[in-house]
Amino acid sequence: MPLDAKPGMDFKVIGTRPVRPDGIDKVTGRARFGADFNMPGQLTGRVLRSPHAHARVKSIDVSQALKLQGVKAVVTRDDFNADAVDPALMDVLVNVMARDKVLYEGHAVAAVAAVDAPTARQALKLIKVDYEILPHVTDVEEAMKPSAPVLHADMFTDGVEPRPTKASNIASRVEFGHGDVEAGFQQADVIVEREFRTEAAHQGYIEPHAVVASMGADGYAEMWCCTQGHFMVRNISAHLNGVDVSKLRVTASEIGGGFGGKTTVFLEPVALALSRKANRPVKLVMTRDEVFRASGPTSSSYVKVKIGAKKDGTITGAYAELAYQGGAFRGSPVDMGAMCTYACYDLKNVQVVGYDVVVNRPKQAAYRAPGAPQAAFGVESVIDELAQKLGMDPIDLRLKNAARDGTKSSYGPTFGPNGLIQTLEAAKNHPNYKVKLGPHQGRGVAVGFWFNFGGQTAVSMNVNIDGSIALAVGTPDIGGSRASMGLMAAEELGIAYDKVRTIVADTASLGFNDVTEGSRVTFSSGLATVQAARDAIKKMCGRAAQMWGIPEDAVEWKDGHAHPAGANAGNFPPMSLADIAKDAGNTGGPIAGHCEVNAEGAGISFATHLVDVEVDPQTGRTQVLRYTVIQDAGKAIHPTYVEGQYQGGAAQGVGWALNEEYIYGKDGRLQNAGFLDYRIPVCSDLPMIDTVIIEVPNPGHPYGVRGVGETGIVPPLGAVGNAVSHACGHRMTVVPMSPPRSLKAIKG
Amino acid sequence: MRYETPATIEAAVGLIAAETGIARVLSGGTDLLVQLKAGMIEPDLVVDLKRIAATREITAEAGGFRIGSAVSAASLREHKALRAAWPGIIEGLKLIGSTQVQGRATLTGNLCNASPAADSVPCLVAAGASARIVGPSGKRDIPVQDVPAGPGRTNLAKGELVESIFIPAAAAHTGSCYLRFTPRTEMDIAVVSAGVSVTLDASGTCTAACIVLGAVAARVTIAEEAAKAIIGTKVDEAALAKMQAAASAAATPIDDKRGTKEFRIEVAGVLARRAVEKALERARGK
Repeated sequence: MPLDAKPGMDFKVIGTRPVRPDGIDKVTGRARFGADFNMPGQLTGRVLRSPHAHARVKSIDVSQALKLQGVKAVVTRDDFNADAVDPALMDVLVNVMARDKVLYEGHAVAAVAAVDAPTARQALKLIKVDYEILPHVTDVEEAMKPSAPVLHADMFTDGVEPRPTKASNIASRVEFGHGDVEAGFQQADVIVEREFRTEAAHQGYIEPHAVVASMGADGYAEMWCCTQGHFMVRNISAHLNGVDVSKLRVTASEIGGGFGGKTTVFLEPVALALSRKANRPVKLVMTRDEVFRASGPTSSSYVKVKIGAKKDGTITGAYAELAYQGGAFRGSPVDMGAMCTYACYDLKNVQVVGYDVVVNRPKQAAYRAPGAPQAAFGVESVIDELAQKLGMDPIDLRLKNAARDGTKSSYGPTFGPNGLIQTLEAAKNHPNYKVKLGPHQGRGVAVGFWFNFGGQTAVSMNVNIDGSIALAVGTPDIGGSRASMGLMAAEELGIAYDKVRTIVADTASLGFNDVTEGSRVTFSSGLATVQAARDAIKKMCGRAAQMWGIPEDAVEWKDGHAHPAGANAGNFPPMSLADIAKDAGNTGGPIAGHCEVNAEGAGISFATHLVDVEVDPQTGRTQVLRYTVIQDAGKAIHPTYVEGQYQGGAAQGVGWALNEEYIYGKDGRLQNAGFLDYRIPVCSDLPMIDTVIIEVPNPGHPYGVRGVGETGIVPPLGAVGNAVSHACGHRMTVVPMSPPRSLKAIKG
Repeated sequence: MRYETPATIEAAVGLIAAETGIARVLSGGTDLLVQLKAGMIEPDLVVDLKRIAATREITAEAGGFRIGSAVSAASLREHKALRAAWPGIIEGLKLIGSTQVQGRATLTGNLCNASPAADSVPCLVAAGASARIVGPSGKRDIPVQDVPAGPGRTNLAKGELVESIFIPAAAAHTGSCYLRFTPRTEMDIAVVSAGVSVTLDASGTCTAACIVLGAVAARVTIAEEAAKAIIGTKVDEAALAKMQAAASAAATPIDDKRGTKEFRIEVAGVLARRAVEKALERARGK
């Protein structure tokens, strides 16, 4: 029977909008999040954090803390064997527990496990840490200066020939592009060159990091935590503690937001170390203050953009220089930022240079399309200014230069079929693009790109005795993906959606799964679900063939039933999935479908955003009037959750564009580690965000799916920046465009 | 930490006066509990005033209102006579936290938390409100603006607490208004604020005014020159412009994470003007 493609893509279940499996639990409070897990005999853990931005840790004396009644364990750097740690994971170890130096305010230096929280807090006060305070630097441009305090004496910039002999805070230099940019600028009639700066933003997930770890006397352990990747948590926590991977089983809880920020470990290896030492379960939960100071916000950046174009709008040359700080360790997303910078454009001459810089701030973590929004802010602002100078509609200018099927991208690969042109055309025809603007109002347009990812994926599908389906995936559900998996399974099997129950299985129950990141889950776990369903179908056809006494290839699967493939195969009534399942015990035992794959062929996704704002000319306050997201989903499996991703990306982008920022004092300490002064938007700050789903199928997925989670945050900084610039009559170059900055721009 | 729920004000005073460690008074708890949870304070004694009947009452007095120290913002918002007399005070209360927080938060607590950004305080000052303080040596009344000493500090002596706040009657043709500037629409803290009260005579001439700025100094700022700019005028464009400039001139803010000095000075004038315009509209409508 044919198993390669769904004939005609005539969907029955895909594209409907059923309730998600976790929906009722989440609105009734029954869902269990990270901090909801508790164990008998559980201890409360707390982490002692550095008050200094940069200091040498001369000594740590925990003796008084250990003497306190109720304290069961204290761990420090001495409880982790750095010599046995893979060099590639050394930064992770140093980040979860400081070694010779603390590199940012909030850096963990010790942790305690005690019978209750007051005892644990008291114990922290009894730990004496002798610090030698060192000069610090928190600003990316300052950190690049030769006079800046150097964080790592062994950091010599990679990607520079010859290799520097002097240590610096520049971890690496990357470069992408093709053609001759200088020659391109020679051909230009108009050139715009500007510098931009963006402040660091936090993902702002509502649920703080939380974990319970429990290691028994036999050295076998279990862990429950909120994470985007429990297989990653298992592998890293086991490794840093010198434990076999098979001895640690990790279960992912429901997750109250991640947005990339939960793709790494902070508390988990420490909780495991405490549990081992105390021989009791240990629970660690971050406060909001700790989330801000010690988890991973995104990079702040410096971006320089120079673009030249002919009078007809053809771009002749495009250059950009990016510097992103990644916190105290190498690994800012400047490489991805540099690759995305000009991905939306079909360019003959393009060059992007990026610098990965370290500063005394918490180690950055992924945040939704990591690295792309900062670069897009610069490029989309300059494109907008070029349109103004050329007297062209900003959508027309983008259409003239947009990447298409067959475009050689600025970072190397040649693009396949994609929906950028369609999103731009839909934007131009959208009613929101035609609304007349009032005084102090401005309209902004911007486009954005994200690669999307596939990766290692394992799925198991059990056919139950009553014909219902238990589908186990290994990718934590951060955006409704269990519903999407259920829809794809139901579609392929030819049964109703509510016959499929999708769960996120623990690390002992499935093969390895990469983290939920890179907008990969609906694509790759979806692809694996379809393959697992096809595997199960093949087996069910085999069982029917056996019962009918005909060859296996004389049976075909249609509408949830096994049918004889034709008149010659015999005249048997179709057998339903439930019929086959009921007799499984007599026909060879349990029926299950599996798929283990390293999914390739993730399709790129482009978006166009439109926004109208009004800026109060006397206070600089910006109100978003209307917002429209138009994005290519390839195929929207569950359109409501696709729209939710579009709206979520835009909402986070608007917050970042207007108000969110990490504010550091001269002392190198974060001044706004809470939601009062780190201002994510509340509902009343945003209009209902309009969405348009474009569907240009991805040839790499059986149903045409493209990841949709990340592209949505790429255009908003530029779109809002352009709108505010038009409303103020002044080009905005700093994110966030907070009221004091906007008022200053208006006043001149 | 001890937690006490005395039944009388005298008993409450006795408890806090006798405490040798740190004593804190609990009414709504919307500041105190947050500080406790954040580890900012570790009191030895918390005295909850809510079991004292008088602290939960709003009583008429001399045409005005005596507000017990544990009356919630939500109860005040529903008090028709207070709403009609001093809409500016109600506007301030409506901006504190969220609906849920307002079910707990109190006027006295907002005053005694001594934040220069407190939303209910500027209009209380503009209304000429006073605080009744009770302590081991008896009772005394002081203007509400004299309760805070600076951010997080009050002028209350050891063993003293605020029993009630008295808001006087509003004169005929009086309008009040409170406006604050926040980057967000709600769930935020004032970067600058202005609470004003304006009284007109029958001919529309301004006979009295009080313009109070929040979050531009360590305590609320009474902008006397700004009030003088409109008193005795018909509050025309020229008077309003002079008032706005005087309000900006009265602001002595600092640069901090919530806004720059320059921004706060500018916006203090803008808000004072917008608040006066709204208060005038209300005064004229009466």
